[in-house]
Amino acid sequence: MNGSVRAWLDARPWVWSFGAALVVWLVTALVVQGRGMLETLAVALQFATFYAIVGIGQMLAIASGPGNIDLSIPGVMTFAGYVAMGLMNGGNAGLAAGIAAGIVIGLAAGAFNVALIQGFRIPPMIGTLAAGFVFQSMAIAYSRTSHAAPAPLLVSFSAARVFGVPVIALIFIVLTALVSIGLGRSVFGRSVLATGQNWRAARLAGLAVRRTLGLVYVISATLAAVAGILLAAYSGGAALDMGTDYLLMSIAVVVLGGTSIAGGQASPAGLWGAAILLDLVVTMLNVMRVGAGLRYVVTGLIIIGVLALAKGGEQAS
Amino acid sequence: MPAEVTAGLASGVAAGAGGRVARRATALRIGLPAVALVVMLGVIFAMQPRAMSYFGLTVLLNFTLPAIFAAMAQMAVIAVGDIDLGIGPFLSLVNCIAATLLATHPALGWLALAALVVAYAAMGALIHVRRLPSIVVTLGASFVWLGLALLVLPSPGGTPPSWLPALLAWRPPFLPLPLLASILLAGLGQFLLMHTSYGVVLRGIGGNPRAIARAGWSLLAGRMALYALAGTCGVLAGLALTGLNTAGDATVGAQYTLISIAAVIVGGGEFVGGIVSPIGTVVGAWIMLLAGSLLSFLNISTDWQLSVQGGILIVVLGLRALNRWSAE
Repeated sequence: MNGSVRAWLDARPWVWSFGAALVVWLVTALVVQGRGMLETLAVALQFATFYAIVGIGQMLAIASGPGNIDLSIPGVMTFAGYVAMGLMNGGNAGLAAGIAAGIVIGLAAGAFNVALIQGFRIPPMIGTLAAGFVFQSMAIAYSRTSHAAPAPLLVSFSAARVFGVPVIALIFIVLTALVSIGLGRSVFGRSVLATGQNWRAARLAGLAVRRTLGLVYVISATLAAVAGILLAAYSGGAALDMGTDYLLMSIAVVVLGGTSIAGGQASPAGLWGAAILLDLVVTMLNVMRVGAGLRYVVTGLIIIGVLALAKGGEQAS
Repeated sequence: MPAEVTAGLASGVAAGAGGRVARRATALRIGLPAVALVVMLGVIFAMQPRAMSYFGLTVLLNFTLPAIFAAMAQMAVIAVGDIDLGIGPFLSLVNCIAATLLATHPALGWLALAALVVAYAAMGALIHVRRLPSIVVTLGASFVWLGLALLVLPSPGGTPPSWLPALLAWRPPFLPLPLLASILLAGLGQFLLMHTSYGVVLRGIGGNPRAIARAGWSLLAGRMALYALAGTCGVLAGLALTGLNTAGDATVGAQYTLISIAAVIVGGGEFVGGIVSPIGTVVGAWIMLLAGSLLSFLNISTDWQLSVQGGILIVVLGLRALNRWSAE
């Protein structure tokens, strides 16, 4: 009995993050004596969506093997967010152009990363980090010439709800489900996991390892651009520090969600559990009237702690 | 020609080519930063001859000290094959402690700084024992450092103890302080890491951990020692930064993460194999700082500073890749 529960849990690493999120939600409920609990959850889901969008890309990168990681996410988010808002310039006329430009920036940034990693064979960690700073600096330069305001349509879309549930959350939950199915069923998805388990074996088996890895970085940067556009719209405009937290958060939702940091395995559902958990922790500390400083400390310690425990479990099994 | 002679010739040619590539790699590793530094100084001196004086150099190299210490901290971590993405916020935390606690309650302040060094060693131990990726642990730690900095000093301000700014404003005879400190630190680092037996062991952990373990050295102790060294250099960097800024700010250190990584790599360090160079790292730190000065001399907006610093890193790594290509 105990063994079968364990096996069930081992096959579903995302359960932990949802369980932890539930606990934090209930603790918050105790503190506020149950007031507005569904609203708390809806707001958490709203912000969790931004974490989950970048998390999907980061998860694909981390799942494709040791050394693969995308540290350019904050830079891409900020630059794409700024240019998209700049073209919209507060009106609906520039909506399509803004979104298109933002996504093109994501695609181009991804291609640039791939050129550094595969063309110049710079380790992904350092290549994407350096590229991220270049994108950030482009955003800084661009921010001097443009006051970035979102199109009203996009603002209402980013905050819209159906039966109390944020629309963008629903959209990206569906996308996450597609990614989950794709990882198991599509050639690309299985190539990502095979490359992550052993890229030499994957290459000898005839998989297009280079193309797979390249596509992973392009997808990651493009999703970062989408997250940047939506976040900028939701916050009423782009800001130079809007991406800062996402460097850690994109990795945190992947790791806390049950994806192995060693690669070769992915847990898309866990992205949402972890993203909601991280957001609910902040909410809980807020209702406890804890300052920004302690919030950062607790978030950092949770991430390190869970990572240490999860890796320990892996070694034991 | 008999087959074995051809084979021998071929392997001889291959060895010759390999040696040439290795020599060129070394030349690239040492020569490139040196040439870059000379060119940058040349351009700056040509545009602003007054920069060549004692006072000019003091101003030009003003923020050298925190950058060098931060780069040394990063070098200690890269030597073991890890990376520290939290060094910038760590500098901010030290800055905030130095601008508050260290002035009001000196004993408590020093205790806090010592605790930070212990925390770094503990971080190294955790990474080693649990085999965690340093990138995630140090990123997580960066939130802890930033949070603590905000707890110590919620809004910019504070005053450091008066000896700290005085120390940084010291004008030694003949050589400006940044130059003197650069030479001393490069020499000290080179001696400790390259010419002492434990220094060789420490670098070996990044290069061939199994051999070091077989030889009876503790990998755990080695990693903790290097992380403690990183913590110490981080504290010194934060103190130097406080002495120059004469105030505390929880976000002031952010830029030093990129500067430190770039300094180590541009100065000849590699991400794999425990290859680092203390002298190169100091040169790398100078290059990163002068890149900023050069922008202002050339009337280019400092908005592009991050681009230039990130770009230098990409170009240097790209040149090394080109060298490897030509070998194949």
